[in-house]
Amino acid sequence: MTTAVQEPSRTARISIDRRWNTPIGVAIALVVAYLLLVIAAGPQAQDQFINALTIGGVYALIALGYTMVYGIIELINFSHGEIFMVGSFVCWWLLTTLGFSGAITDPLVLIPVLVLTFVVSMAVMGVVGVVIERLAYRPLRNAPRLAPLITAIGVSFILQNLVFVGISNSIVTIPQIIPNPELHIGPINIRLINLFVIVLAVSLMFALQMFISRTKLGRAMRSTAIDREAAQIMGVNVNSTIALTFFIGSALAGAAGVVQGLYFGVTVFNIGFQNGLKAFTAAVLGGIGNITGAAIGGFVIGFIEVLASAFGYGRWSEAAVFATLVLVLVFRPTGILGQQLADRA
Amino acid sequence: MTDTQPAPDLADASTPSGTPLLRLTDVHSYYGHIHALQGISLDVFPGEIVTLLGANGAGKTTTLKTIHGLLRPRQGRIEFEGNDITTMPAHDHVKVGIGQSPEGRRIFSRMSVLENLQMGSYSRKDKASLNEDYARVFELFPRLAERRNQHGGTLSGGEQQMLAIGRALMTRPKLLMLDEPSMGLAPILVEQIFSITQDINRQGTTILLVEQNARMALGVANRGYVLQTGRIVRSGPGPALLEDEEVRKAYLGG
Repeated sequence: MTTAVQEPSRTARISIDRRWNTPIGVAIALVVAYLLLVIAAGPQAQDQFINALTIGGVYALIALGYTMVYGIIELINFSHGEIFMVGSFVCWWLLTTLGFSGAITDPLVLIPVLVLTFVVSMAVMGVVGVVIERLAYRPLRNAPRLAPLITAIGVSFILQNLVFVGISNSIVTIPQIIPNPELHIGPINIRLINLFVIVLAVSLMFALQMFISRTKLGRAMRSTAIDREAAQIMGVNVNSTIALTFFIGSALAGAAGVVQGLYFGVTVFNIGFQNGLKAFTAAVLGGIGNITGAAIGGFVIGFIEVLASAFGYGRWSEAAVFATLVLVLVFRPTGILGQQLADRA
Repeated sequence: MTDTQPAPDLADASTPSGTPLLRLTDVHSYYGHIHALQGISLDVFPGEIVTLLGANGAGKTTTLKTIHGLLRPRQGRIEFEGNDITTMPAHDHVKVGIGQSPEGRRIFSRMSVLENLQMGSYSRKDKASLNEDYARVFELFPRLAERRNQHGGTLSGGEQQMLAIGRALMTRPKLLMLDEPSMGLAPILVEQIFSITQDINRQGTTILLVEQNARMALGVANRGYVLQTGRIVRSGPGPALLEDEEVRKAYLGG
């Protein structure tokens, strides 16, 4: 039927940035951020720089889930922050169940425990994400957009409530199993935990990038994000591809939850709200639907928070984050690495 | 023609016999409350080019969507090689051998030409013959080979149509469904697309062609069906339909 409604032009999709100027832009931004920190913090500039990279890495890991889910089904998954929160509780549960209370100095114990914690938390949260999609979002896939959005907010409250009632209504402490010596790598002084978090976050992002750009399942995800019906015609099972997207996004949030536990040593039932909101901001800042953008956005927010503190406006850091968001969107409505809108000839 | 075919036949003699590759029997499809297909019955036999003609809104694309499982019929039966595929999920159709170049091309704009073709072979297990098929697509459409690393969205309309057909060929279909491949193309490109369609058919692929360009489509087709508001109103061999008074009046400008 030739009068059939054409697929509406869409602005979001899962994509990867291949522009040559992105790495250069990132390098310049890092240098500028460092210089600003030198002005603000003087001798502490290096510590603050590392601190920004660390918390930026956590935001970036969460932001990836927002951007992937938005890219594939155009849903702002407001329950994603709670996935991060539950992930931190999985970390707490696992480490206290195993009976740890402090630093593990023997690397032969530490490394397997770390691997176990990450694998369990990522797997559990991945499955939780898939179950939420199946029960709460899939039945509403063809409903007006507001319906799944409200549902996502509802799921968010349900998860908070489950943890609030079932586990703890106040802050819980998570054993700090990573010993904390300061390492000296050339001129750089960095604590082991910071190095671990930064390397882990960057590796996970790199792995995701490779998965989406190079593998068959990655292509299935991208094609589903661009044109669901055309993907089906090619033999892509759209339901399982969307489930896979939720699994990966939620697993990354689970990893961020473990990092929260290991780095900050505390968690609480409502920690997902603020972190989720900031990570969502990171995704929008970077250009929603764009994987590279979400990663960059996460680090940008990490730096803004640290810079605000370094200049003595620590209490204004949240305001600074959202002011930046507004400014970026005024001048670049599609975000830092926003999509070209007219790409359908 | 078989007894399941209620529409007036113009010539029974040329209708192939044997098991049809595709058979629709009294298929009814709806968009919400709109009764879009009101009892479609048609056959496509192995090796044929069959054309589905009709004005805007007659139900041509709806028929293809229904065959492909993107729209589930409320009534009727769809068989492919004698097997019932009426309720088969859309993504399984490529596995039995149904490929489609959809209306509006629907190529993956932010994926490269090569990646678009890779999507065509998404469900294939016979990795060995893949290279053969890439070679075949690039031979049919040399432009695609030149532009293999370019994003699909940056191609011209004609090139996008080639990519859509090439992508469908990569599924190695027994039945290739082409939905308005000539839409929006310059006359010279239209001729090229139709001649390539015939080449593909000669290489052994059965083709179900949906077109508004009646003269060209009937020219290449073995048989044709004419759709009007969800019903088949005429069917017969291509040349006979070209001569038919009603068809001439409605689709060929008198």
